[in-house]
Amino acid sequence: MNLQEQNISDNNFESCIKCTICTVYCPVTAVNPDYPGPKQAGPDGERYRLKRPYFYDEALKYCLNCKRCEVACPNDVKIGDIIQAARIKYASHGPSLRDTMLANTDFMGQFATRLAPVVNFSLGLKPVKYLMDKVLRIDDHRTFPKYSGTRFESWFRKKAEAAQESFTKHVSYFHGCYVNYNYPQLGKDLVTVMNALGYGVRLLDREKCCGVAKIANRCIDEATRDGENNLRAIREAVGRGDEVLATSSTCCFTMRDEYPHLLHLDNHDVRDHIMLATLFIYRLLDEGKARIAFRKDYRKKIAYHTPCHMEKLGWTIFSTSLLQMIPGVDFIKLDSHCCGIAGTYGFKKENYAYSQGIGAPLFDQIRASGCDFVACDCETCKWQIEMSAGVPVLNPISVLADAIDIEETRRLNGVS
Amino acid sequence: MKFDTIIIGGGLSGLVCGIECARSGRRTAIVSAGQSALHFWSGSFEFLGSQGGKRIIEKPLYHAGSLDPSHPYRKIGIDRTAALLDRTVPLLAEAGIKAHGSLERNHYRMTPLGFTKPAWLTLDDYLAFGNLSDLEGKKAAVINIYSYIDFYPRFLEAGLRKLGAECTSADVNVPQLDILRQSTTEMRATNMSRFLRDDAVDALAREVEKASAGADMVVMPAVLGIFSDEPVARLRRGVSRPIYFVATTPASVPGVRCQLSLRDLFIRLGGQFMPGDTVTRGDFQGNRLRKIYTVNFGDIPLEADNFVISTGSFFGHGLIADLEKIYEPVFGLDIEAAPNRDDWYDKDFYAPQPYMGYGVVTDTHFRPRRHGETVDNLYATGALLSGFNALHEGSGAGITLATAFHAADQITKE
Ligand SMILES: Cc1cc2nc3c(=O)[nH]c(=O)nc-3n(C[C@H](O)[C@H](O)[C@H](O)COP(=O)(O)OP(=O)(O)OC[C@H]3O[C@@H](n4cnc5c(N)ncnc54)[C@H](O)[C@@H]3O)c2cc1C
Ligand code: SF4
Ligand code: SF4
Repeated sequence: MNLQEQNISDNNFESCIKCTICTVYCPVTAVNPDYPGPKQAGPDGERYRLKRPYFYDEALKYCLNCKRCEVACPNDVKIGDIIQAARIKYASHGPSLRDTMLANTDFMGQFATRLAPVVNFSLGLKPVKYLMDKVLRIDDHRTFPKYSGTRFESWFRKKAEAAQESFTKHVSYFHGCYVNYNYPQLGKDLVTVMNALGYGVRLLDREKCCGVAKIANRCIDEATRDGENNLRAIREAVGRGDEVLATSSTCCFTMRDEYPHLLHLDNHDVRDHIMLATLFIYRLLDEGKARIAFRKDYRKKIAYHTPCHMEKLGWTIFSTSLLQMIPGVDFIKLDSHCCGIAGTYGFKKENYAYSQGIGAPLFDQIRASGCDFVACDCETCKWQIEMSAGVPVLNPISVLADAIDIEETRRLNGVS
Repeated sequence: MKFDTIIIGGGLSGLVCGIECARSGRRTAIVSAGQSALHFWSGSFEFLGSQGGKRIIEKPLYHAGSLDPSHPYRKIGIDRTAALLDRTVPLLAEAGIKAHGSLERNHYRMTPLGFTKPAWLTLDDYLAFGNLSDLEGKKAAVINIYSYIDFYPRFLEAGLRKLGAECTSADVNVPQLDILRQSTTEMRATNMSRFLRDDAVDALAREVEKASAGADMVVMPAVLGIFSDEPVARLRRGVSRPIYFVATTPASVPGVRCQLSLRDLFIRLGGQFMPGDTVTRGDFQGNRLRKIYTVNFGDIPLEADNFVISTGSFFGHGLIADLEKIYEPVFGLDIEAAPNRDDWYDKDFYAPQPYMGYGVVTDTHFRPRRHGETVDNLYATGALLSGFNALHEGSGAGITLATAFHAADQITKE
């Protein structure tokens, strides 16, 4: 028996050598002195918590769950997981009304899409913002993402679904709450691009939110239920031979890694089939399984921002390589730096100033770059960057949809 | 995904090799799991500090000639090693890091515990002197930041006194650092360096100027300048005496600076840096490595004409020791190590430890072997190699850099 191997937890916290490297790369440590930092909040604190839950420190709520500490750790300690698991296990009081509201992106979305004009209008109103700030402690400086009048799912069923089965090859699409309720255009762009490449798009059966906001706000039972449902739907899709594509790096990361690490949902049979659309498309092109033609008149200066969960997934190169394939693109890769929003984190009043402080170097670099727009695979980064740097943000899939010569690409891939 | 050259490991060795390959116009990628040993960097690079029973040698290049023929310097050739290493200072300068020193003659640096050690290159702002007598009669003010616990002024003073210097010591504080004391664990050099900017530096300069009245020089822990030279230059402008830094750990300020500056230079030259990913295995065809696989890329292979493995020693996980054996985990390369665990270490803690000399075996071109056969398009560099005990002989960075330049030259001059 190998004692050394038997002695290591799943989160690997015994492997910590106390080198403090994680702390150097934590975006919160850099701005918020109340936060104990990843080493102390993670493996160091864990030793105490295992002895007595009394040692749990409420300041762990400041962790963004960006996982930059894990990317830096030389010893593969799952620092972010340790911290999130401790919040789930030890935090003394349950989520507040505000946290529950922010967490339930799908419930809020269903409600808001029906009343989109009213909701968008009132969320922009000063008195409403004031009330939200004072009563719910949602910071009044925040601009809310707009709710769309028509859900992506409704559009898909009405306008796109019928045509999809005429394709011989298919992918399934995990659109996520954001595409469904706030920005259906991204979903439409995905359908356009995949169809041009010769793939029909299918939706998952009764998709639910990936759960990232519920996990962050400790609504764990709901997150687990949604996760089980999504895994059921993903298994069904994989069973019919589809890969499951996402356009959000965070949804993708959550279903691949947070499901097993934080919700203890076993996804090993389907994990490798959950991927970002840009990875799937890059691979098709790289392996010569599809071809792409670009418009001759596309000219844009694009700055790419690496979302934290994209950095953790390690897939940045697929998105940036696709963008760099476009002939008329002047490409800039921004320094990999957290934008500060971290999903619902930056909406909370107690986090707003830190959130903006964390992102400041990124916003400066974007403004100085002179780019036409920022490309980025995460929707919450989009809200933050658009609000704070004043530059539009597009998902690489939307960039592709705009830059490809659709007719020619369809012809190259034998799509009639 | 296809590259010309892929480097496994993004520490000092992998970065320097990557920079040279990218500079030659090759499509180069570095895949690196986690951060490297550079984060513990003293601010000095060593080439050869002690040899053949001599604890401190003055003329390292001269002594290198009598190293064992299996030593990396001898395998490259001493003249060639010197020519390769002469490229270090310009390369560092290109990355924005200023250092000085010579291979002909070691200078001395001082550790945070007050020991004098020979060094080849030292950062311009750091405590270093050409002769052991240089500090005789000097008045040194050793200045710490109030409540900073990773710096031990008493040890440093003892070391300075031993060299004939007179010492005073003082703690200083600036209000801009009070914020860090809210969490007692966060009073770290790298954290302080984030807050010691702009007017905080001016406040620090006033305190240091006051506390060092009457001294010829100031010695301080390296707590500023993690992202640029500006805070250090600003501090210098505000203090009328020369200031020298001593790097502290864990997580050394000059180390982080060096790591990030080299990475940025690599990216500027067109390199692809993939952080936080671990290479797990390779596909070989005959004596050539065709593809490698990583944790994040899953079944998507990374292909290249040439590969370099710079995964470090035990610290970097380039070598793994379990209860039975020592092995190289990525490709199972042949290594030099005693088969019997009892022979791995010497019970005298201070004796040269045998395990520190273990590593991957290579031919004269630094191509490693696998199942006894040389791999034609793979090079091994840095701390992963066998044939030296870097800690004992004081040769870590010299070997790391010389083998990195050497591998890059073979790849780019093919
Ligand atoms: C704590 C410490 C302090 C030192 N200080 C000094 C000093 O001050 N001066 C000096 O001259 N020398 C010093 N040395 C000697 C040091 O070994 C060399 O100077 C040099 O930093 C070694 O560089 P390297 O790139 O070979 O290895 P490392 O710096 O160890 O880098 C190896 C890199 O490879 C990565 N890696 C490992 N396995 C994989 C994998 N499977 N896939 C992808 N990536 C992988 C690691 O994560 C790491 O980033 C020190 C050594 C240590 C351990
Ligand atoms: S970087 Fe990893 S090993 Fe180092 S202190 Fe943090 S968790 Fe521990
Ligand atoms: S996950 Fe991000 S915010 Fe949390 S400790 Fe790690 S680096 Fe810091």
